[in-house]
Amino acid sequence: MSATAAPVAVARGESPSRRALRRFIRHRLALAGFLVVLTFVLVAILAPWIAPYDPIETSWSRIRRPPSELYWFGTDENGRDVLSRVIWGARASLMAGVVSVIGAVLIGVPLGLLAGLAGGWVDALISRIADAMLSIPFLILAIALAAFLGPALENAMLAIAITASPVFVRLARGMALDAKSTDWVEAARSLGNPPWRTAFVHVLPNIIPPLLVQSTLSIAEAIIAEASLSFLGLGQQPPSPSWGSMLNSAQRFLETAPWLAIAPGAAIFVVVLAFNLMGDGLRDALDPRADRR
Amino acid sequence: MSTPVLDLARVTVEFPTDRGRLRPVDGVSFSVEAGKTLAVVGESGCGKSVTALAIMGLLPQGGEVGGGIRLGGEELLALTPDQRRARRGGEMAMVFQEPMTSLNPAFTAGEQVAEALRLHQGLSPDAAFAKAIEMFARVRIPEPERRARSYPHQLSGGMRQRVMIAMALACRPRLLIADEPTTALDVTVQAQILALIDEMKRETGTAVVLITHDLGVVRDHADDVVVMYAGRVAERARAADLFANPQHPYTIGLLGAVPRLEGGAARLASIEGTVPDLMNPPPGCRFAPRCPFAIARCAEQPPLAEVTPGHQAACWRAPLDTLLEQAA
Repeated sequence: MSATAAPVAVARGESPSRRALRRFIRHRLALAGFLVVLTFVLVAILAPWIAPYDPIETSWSRIRRPPSELYWFGTDENGRDVLSRVIWGARASLMAGVVSVIGAVLIGVPLGLLAGLAGGWVDALISRIADAMLSIPFLILAIALAAFLGPALENAMLAIAITASPVFVRLARGMALDAKSTDWVEAARSLGNPPWRTAFVHVLPNIIPPLLVQSTLSIAEAIIAEASLSFLGLGQQPPSPSWGSMLNSAQRFLETAPWLAIAPGAAIFVVVLAFNLMGDGLRDALDPRADRR
Repeated sequence: MSTPVLDLARVTVEFPTDRGRLRPVDGVSFSVEAGKTLAVVGESGCGKSVTALAIMGLLPQGGEVGGGIRLGGEELLALTPDQRRARRGGEMAMVFQEPMTSLNPAFTAGEQVAEALRLHQGLSPDAAFAKAIEMFARVRIPEPERRARSYPHQLSGGMRQRVMIAMALACRPRLLIADEPTTALDVTVQAQILALIDEMKRETGTAVVLITHDLGVVRDHADDVVVMYAGRVAERARAADLFANPQHPYTIGLLGAVPRLEGGAARLASIEGTVPDLMNPPPGCRFAPRCPFAIARCAEQPPLAEVTPGHQAACWRAPLDTLLEQAA
């Protein structure tokens, strides 16, 4: 039996994560998105070594120069190299995106699991707060919180994390409700698992795929939110570079020096698109129903 | 006689609903001794699964249990939720009806068996996994090393039910509750799983509560039987006695509805009428509206009375022997 069964078992024995990886790689747009994200991450990490100029060093002798061989993306109203600022700005944007979404997951998922598994008034309380937060437009709430906390990149990230968390509360709650009625959760309880262990050891691993997809899409949203807050002066503080604040100062020179807006604007667009493509690809790759086609 | 492993004394289960209190289990008493199998029989909705969940302490939110449930002499209903949780999996365990969905899809089968050992015996992950592989061998899973590393979707239904049994028995519980463990399986696999439960019972001395609606299973695997109807015990007897000499009209109806190989193409009997609405049960004997032998006195609830030693029926007209002769 073993001689004939073995190869079949190997094919069927592919673990869920390997299968997802194989499907993700086959998904061309998703892979492209992932490579773009990876490039930006590397650029952000390597900024001190690859930025051709100091991003905050001003020079009166090279104000608003158009793109040239020396200054690929031109220089800004203070004579700073736009390319260097976009490279350094990637740090603020990616960090704001990733850190605030991690914060949102850490706030939202435990609350969502608690709401879904505990039920009753706990669920009602958590769900109504999440609903109330979701009824306020994302940016308005983020701006209000950031303004309340004071203008700084850390505060902007915290504001975005809080604003993005209700989505994760809802997602985790819904998945926990599904899981609660399954036989394997009942079986886990019948083995004597305490409630917290049922939630984190049994339910959580089963809801990681949708959480991963939502996180990726939320990062795109958080990057836009950070850029918006910085545009309004509530995020990264000058002179530190940030795509949002660069766009803000660029708007005064839109007709005379459009390159000031084009570079950071394009960077935001490309990164957000890449995260969205990656999220869509992950969703397809992690969908267990998309199997055997 | 030694203390029974499990002793239920007039157990009731109630749920508050919008229309009033629902009582799916109403004064159920029975006990099981070590190394014996007690079958709880009845149709869907008669309260047998609710009874099992009440014993395990796994009733859905709002469920209230009354009466007494003793495990090895210890009153479970007097324990705190944490203390009860500590008994689950260690001293009492349950095998569920649906092996296809009772395993967590995110973990390998071996990890899930190992979890029971980690929770209750404090074993390290490696030691627990090694012991899980031993359990796989004991429940006759071929290639236990490889199967322990398989995910549930890679296992057949029968194999998964074996994993569930390994999980339940890993910590050598005193009590195993099997809630229709074979209903979802192929007939050939059913026999194997029941034989496995019997074998494990002999090996470990576990008391087994086997919940089923299949009287063929009861005949072959149970020592004692409790027949439940609409939340109450209708009849309680040794398995052999029950089949030879049923003393409750409902049991007779059930036995008449079992197809037999011998005896040719006799018509199967059916029990007329439907199960009473538990929100609004008939007064007295709940089977009376469907009972061919019902008399005026059946409007009072009959006690569970001894008919012959060790054989009890909740029927005013028991023993039924003369009635049956007249009917025949």
